Amino acid sequence: MTDMTSHPGPKSIDWTSDEIGARVRKRKAAENRLRYIGLGAIGIAFAMLALLISSLVSTGWQAFRQTHVTIQVTYTPEFINPDNLQRSNYRGLLEATMLDLIPGATNGRSVAAILSNGAQFTARDRIIADPALMGQTVTLRVPTSDPYDQLAKGLIDRDTPEANRRLKNDEIAAFDALLSQGVVSKPFNWALLGNADSRFPEQAGLKGALWGSFYALLTCFLLAFPIGIGAAIYLEEFAPKNKMSDFIEVNINNLAAVPSVVFGLLALAVFLGWFGMGRSIPFVGGMTLALMTLPTIIIATRAALKAVPPSIREAALGVGASKQQVVFHHVLPLAMPGILTGTIIGLAQALGETAPLLLIGMNAFVTAAPATPFDPSTALPTQIFIWADSPERGFVSRTSAAILVLLGFLVMMNAVAIYLRNRFERRW
Amino acid sequence: MNDMRIVERTVDSHQTKITARGVQVYYGEKHALKDVDVDILDKTVTAFIGPSGCGKSTFLRCLNRMNDTVAIARVQGDIRLDGDDIYDKRVDPVQLRAKVGMVFQKPNPFPKSIYDNVAYGPRIHGLTANKAELDAIVETSLRKAALWNEVKDRLAESGTGLSGGQQQRLCIARAIATSPEVLLMDEPCSALDPIATAQVEELIDELRSQFSVVIVTHSMQQAARVSQRTAFFHLGNLVEYGETGQIFTNPKDPRTESYITGRIG
Repeated sequence: MTDMTSHPGPKSIDWTSDEIGARVRKRKAAENRLRYIGLGAIGIAFAMLALLISSLVSTGWQAFRQTHVTIQVTYTPEFINPDNLQRSNYRGLLEATMLDLIPGATNGRSVAAILSNGAQFTARDRIIADPALMGQTVTLRVPTSDPYDQLAKGLIDRDTPEANRRLKNDEIAAFDALLSQGVVSKPFNWALLGNADSRFPEQAGLKGALWGSFYALLTCFLLAFPIGIGAAIYLEEFAPKNKMSDFIEVNINNLAAVPSVVFGLLALAVFLGWFGMGRSIPFVGGMTLALMTLPTIIIATRAALKAVPPSIREAALGVGASKQQVVFHHVLPLAMPGILTGTIIGLAQALGETAPLLLIGMNAFVTAAPATPFDPSTALPTQIFIWADSPERGFVSRTSAAILVLLGFLVMMNAVAIYLRNRFERRW
Repeated sequence: MNDMRIVERTVDSHQTKITARGVQVYYGEKHALKDVDVDILDKTVTAFIGPSGCGKSTFLRCLNRMNDTVAIARVQGDIRLDGDDIYDKRVDPVQLRAKVGMVFQKPNPFPKSIYDNVAYGPRIHGLTANKAELDAIVETSLRKAALWNEVKDRLAESGTGLSGGQQQRLCIARAIATSPEVLLMDEPCSALDPIATAQVEELIDELRSQFSVVIVTHSMQQAARVSQRTAFFHLGNLVEYGETGQIFTNPKDPRTESYITGRIG
């Protein structure tokens, strides 16, 4: 206490002085500045997102509708041989139908080209399914081919000089004749989700890619989830803390940062090269994605395990639980929301991953959806890659539409992750 | 605090439960506990007091081998429970901890139902044959922990939804559900308010009839209130150990006297 007297007492401070007032103002200004910078950053991020989405929607929305023409087809013996329905002249049948439909049309080939190349197969399948239709007239609604779809959607400018236009004047006139008869409609484009890939944009769909992505992600989950959790539990709970485990930890963290194309090359060399697995197989794609997702899951799981308070472990140890019982009865259930969140985010990342799938050939042109994980197929991101690369005009909007579908799935997966986190979050 | 009452307090039993000889604990390079010799009596409350970092909790955690879970901790010396070396290779620390229960500083119920909290120990050790036996153990444990009347209608509710004092009594019930012989308590009241503290202290006094209780406390008043024997630790040494009345009224070591009178600590 005697020390106090030897120090001079604190000077009396004038809290209203100009000097202090200036200080306070400066501090306030700095705080405001920080706030506006933060708001600005968020604003820019949102603007970019809005730009991306609106650009995708503005080009992609057209792909969700497809121009169709409703035609009356009469299965006459002139074109149809009842004994050989498979190989009858459906092309001729459609040409005749279109010539009837469009007044003044003379060139059957030209007017039949309004219809999609798939129209003849629609006509064929209909009568094969019901041979009793022979000689009768049925109403078919078939998609138009890509140029006419573009025309109906207003993507072909009628004012362009004829020489530079994809559709000539007589072709436009023929289509206008159809329009005036009211047989042209633009229903929802179910083919986009229900068909596999095709050379013709009006028939191309994402079914193959969706199944391919599903099988690949399923494989990825079944491999990466148990292995990742097992590795994380061992490293976090059981492994001795020494140089070796530090080394492993550093390497796992590094693996998470390895570019995905490297994993693709690894898969190409090991799975396809050494093990001789097939190309374009979703199962192989899933294994490749699992390599990539593993570090993410391990890191997320370890973080979730670390976040379980030590008091819970002590409590369990204190009543005589073994290490393994502590982990499986207490720590793991408490860490599960974090683990699931990390896993789903890892899988969402894998869903959008393109490069490794390109290297194992999942960008092949496959016109049938895979029936099993071992059939060749594409995946959503590689399908986008293929379509973006295609010259047909119709693929431009389909590429955007496919991106929207992919984004939709990503948003859904992230929403599930958030739901799980909130649903199972526990307090202690 | 009525000091006269402490002087008159006697130790009921003179049977030794735990014998510790020459116990040394190292945390890495740090010599945390130096050459401690203690005999802990059966059916007695023994208090460990001393300033922070004096080694009293460290010693407590040697008694049920909780220090095994700390990677850098090394324990030397001889600790015997009923004459058997608990650091013997053949002793399973997991089983030892069922016999030597522990209650921690912060109430740490599992985020499970009240019932499951108490039933957890008996379940993992396979102490019961059927549900009825388990129900009986849960009820007696909660009764012994003076919590039964407060929670009997909501056994299925989460243990973390109880108040702090109730949570700590739940932890005590959980610890005594495996019928331990010794109950270790590491500052069990430091996170509780005075009313909850009083309840827990009363409980400790009742538990003495069945268990040997070892309690680490910062509060000398608490040591004086609940214990029959007191050990004073300072800088890793056991300075003085004796009957609580003698330690508080007639300490032999000047360091004990300084601590009791508030000059160190």
